[in-house]
Amino acid sequence: MIAEAGLAALWLAFALAALQFVLVLLGMTGNRGELLGAVRPVAVVQGLFVCAAFALLIWLFLRSDMSVKLVAMNSHSAKPFIYKFAGAWGNHEGSMLLWVAVLALAGAGVALFERRLERPTLMATLGAQAFIALGFYAFLLFASNPFARLSPAAAEGQGLNPLLQDPGLAFHPPTLYFGYVGLSIAFSFAVGALITRDVGPAFARAMRPWVLIAWVFLTIGITAGSYWAYYELGWGGWWFWDPVENASLMPWLAATALLHSVTVLATRDGLRAWTVMLAVVAFSMSMVGTFLVRSGVLTSVHAFAVDPTRGSFILALLAIYIGGAMALYGLRVGTVKEGSQFDPVSREGALVANNLLLSVILCLVFLGTLYPLITEALGFKVSVGPPYFNLVTGPIALILVAIMGAGPLLKWRRDELKPLVNRLALPVLISAIALFALVAFAPRAHILPLLGLVVAAGVAAASVAPLWKRNLRRTPGFVWGMVIAHLGIAVSMVGMAAESSFTKETLVAARLGESETVGPFTVRFDKIEPIAGPNWTALEATLTVVRGDGKPFVLKPQARMFSSPPTETNEAAIATRIDGQLYTVLGKEDEQGRWQLRLWWKPWVTLIWLGGGMIALGGLLSLVGRVRRERRAHDRKAYA
Amino acid sequence: MKKGWLLWLPLAVFGLFFGIVAYGLINPAERTIDSKLIGKPLPQFALPAAAPGIAGLSQADLAEGGEPRLLNIFASWCLPCIAEAPVLEGLAGQGVQIDAIAIRDKPEDVAAFLKRHGNPYKRIGSDVDSRVQLALGSSGVPETFVIDGKGIIRYQHIGDIRPEHVPVILDQLRKAR
Amino acid sequence: MKAKHQRLTLALVALAALIGATLLAMSALKDQAAYFYSPGDAKKANVAPGQAIRLGGMVEKGSIARDPDGVTIRFALTDGRASVPVRFKGIVPDLFKEDSGAVAEGRFDASGTFVADNILAKHDERYMPPQIAGDMHKTGRVE
Repeated sequence: MIAEAGLAALWLAFALAALQFVLVLLGMTGNRGELLGAVRPVAVVQGLFVCAAFALLIWLFLRSDMSVKLVAMNSHSAKPFIYKFAGAWGNHEGSMLLWVAVLALAGAGVALFERRLERPTLMATLGAQAFIALGFYAFLLFASNPFARLSPAAAEGQGLNPLLQDPGLAFHPPTLYFGYVGLSIAFSFAVGALITRDVGPAFARAMRPWVLIAWVFLTIGITAGSYWAYYELGWGGWWFWDPVENASLMPWLAATALLHSVTVLATRDGLRAWTVMLAVVAFSMSMVGTFLVRSGVLTSVHAFAVDPTRGSFILALLAIYIGGAMALYGLRVGTVKEGSQFDPVSREGALVANNLLLSVILCLVFLGTLYPLITEALGFKVSVGPPYFNLVTGPIALILVAIMGAGPLLKWRRDELKPLVNRLALPVLISAIALFALVAFAPRAHILPLLGLVVAAGVAAASVAPLWKRNLRRTPGFVWGMVIAHLGIAVSMVGMAAESSFTKETLVAARLGESETVGPFTVRFDKIEPIAGPNWTALEATLTVVRGDGKPFVLKPQARMFSSPPTETNEAAIATRIDGQLYTVLGKEDEQGRWQLRLWWKPWVTLIWLGGGMIALGGLLSLVGRVRRERRAHDRKAYA
Repeated sequence: MKKGWLLWLPLAVFGLFFGIVAYGLINPAERTIDSKLIGKPLPQFALPAAAPGIAGLSQADLAEGGEPRLLNIFASWCLPCIAEAPVLEGLAGQGVQIDAIAIRDKPEDVAAFLKRHGNPYKRIGSDVDSRVQLALGSSGVPETFVIDGKGIIRYQHIGDIRPEHVPVILDQLRKAR
Repeated sequence: MKAKHQRLTLALVALAALIGATLLAMSALKDQAAYFYSPGDAKKANVAPGQAIRLGGMVEKGSIARDPDGVTIRFALTDGRASVPVRFKGIVPDLFKEDSGAVAEGRFDASGTFVADNILAKHDERYMPPQIAGDMHKTGRVE
């Protein structure tokens, strides 16, 4: 019964989305303006129904109802509670339901809270949101029904991919989806504004908080995903340029550009057409990402659904939504009035440079991700990996970050080069010191990480410069947000550069009792023993680690064997210290009774994710700061 | 004046993307490939019994008797195999002889599977490390091969056998005679 | 500068940047994309030492040997037409064994040995590149 109720809720939500779209269509074209009054409530109720459907799916997973195909395919009654819960979205159908739920929730959020947008634009926006939702409901209902029954019921489930059985998984995809799909609001705003031709500062101010929310979630999702891959795959890397990772990076790049161009539009009424384009591109990248992951056209570590019909379905949706929005752009944006102008040397100029460089990186990642597909069409097979992505994006990212340091020190509209040089003197000095120190103490570092450390040092100093001589308590939240986010980029970059140039690796075959050294650590291989978990058995090594004269501690890497489905995974054991992480992996036994051990000392690697967290925190502060400031302005108006 | 065509550039870029991807979807990379062993004799193998009370399987067993038969690749942990079980029972009921190889499985699991979903098999070999499966050119579970009376592989069915596939299977068995 | 001119300038700069990006990407892809070869194709194409490629084939029976250090493994990959010696230092995936498919990522050294940075085993739940299909009669099909 629960499965049927879930399906019914999904159908109702589908009907409500259709109703919402029709209401907007009739209300805005004919003289039936009164219909528009019903749009907001319908959007909210639609959101509630999808959430109900999703809650019911989770309930089915928690009950291990093996008569439901999805549960039987992806769950197992012996699975710990949290993975039954997370299993609901650790598969194609469930994750698509989550996707649509976030889409509908975002629409409901706009219907409930958006008060600044002009009414016609708001209505067009909600109409666009409903139109997007319609396609994805149809996809769920007709091509990937999560509530399909299995007859006869299975005695036991097939289990969840062991790699996905990790606490990180429970929160990683939902966070990412809130970001990914939250960008749909920016897309719908852009479509709405193109329809009403109402692109201006008011539109930008209305759109900004929504973009910020989505961007914060996306940042957290990517950061968490990177850490998950780092400790779960046991390969010691933190970014693999896997198509699925790129699918989340591309919307982030577009959203970051959008976040900055929307500020230009809100503050200076510039970059009108460009901002609209970016809003369309950002969510388009989310949809393209969904397509790449879900259709299996690019097989990757994560691709769990490979089904050409589904792929064609999503591709058709892409054609309708992205193609439609871009056609509308071509038709309408010429009629959007020109915004105000600015000098090349100005805050706007720096933001334009930021946007261009982000777009270039986006373009490079996009081409690299799709290249295997292009060549396959031409008849030969290639795989594009880290060598390409690091080579092309690294230098451009460096330039981008350097400009990021200077941008906030520029005045809006026009500025002079000379005072800028004065303002940048200290950061440049710090960079120079960093360069000398590195050349003196780490002469063998590669050029790119070396430059990364040098630039990051200067940019860190430049990032906090906007706080200089300010009353810190009266500094608005969005300035704090910017400072912390920019500082986060510098911090993260230090982590990446340090990891790539200072990592020490030891790969050995060790006997019990033997000691190995890696970086400043001495690792003694004490014992190996079998242990059992709820749905796996493992061989666990006990490693006693000492750093210099410090207190010894114990690390226990495992090689796990899961029974359903039968799979082996390596569970790395990681010790986090203030200046980095010791990462240990247990390999196989050889004929002479020696065990392969892989040990890494990764100095400052944690800064990568710390920086990511700071970037997200910066976004959050900026959001809170903007909202509070506007509420205060609103209150003042009310008293006056 | 801004050139009009610039406004249509994004749409054009998307069109290009759409074309490439649509092509990729229509001509999918070879994701399922038929075994190259069709028309060739079975590889050498001898597998122990997969469950108590049922004999194991070797390639010699498959060639004996001179009658064509089915070789089913399955596993107790495989869900489509459950869906396939009644169809196989139906085939067995029509007098088709079916042997099987259980992939990466445990005897108690196989026994439980047979108890719950029926046992259409004459012999079941246990292939704990997929070695024989690989040698046969099978890429997943379930899969079913038609073997003629001389131990030559005649036909390969990838995925579960649904009722609509039964006529094809029977036809192939007839042809293998 | 007139407003309209600025808009046009910006559009053209953006266009130039994107075209530049495409050209950069294409030239980098020419050098950096790892082409997939079977041992026979690699011999025929005479792949230059140092070029990053993926080599996919069957692990030849009896060819697996471990160096005394316990972490370096040598084996031969074959597709029936040619056989290539491979050296790999690291932890091999659990499904890596004789007579089964594997993909090695890496490059040839001057002596013609393929030095792998990474080994992907077929039927490994962790990784099933469709390229494995290639010339072989098996494929990594996701069930």
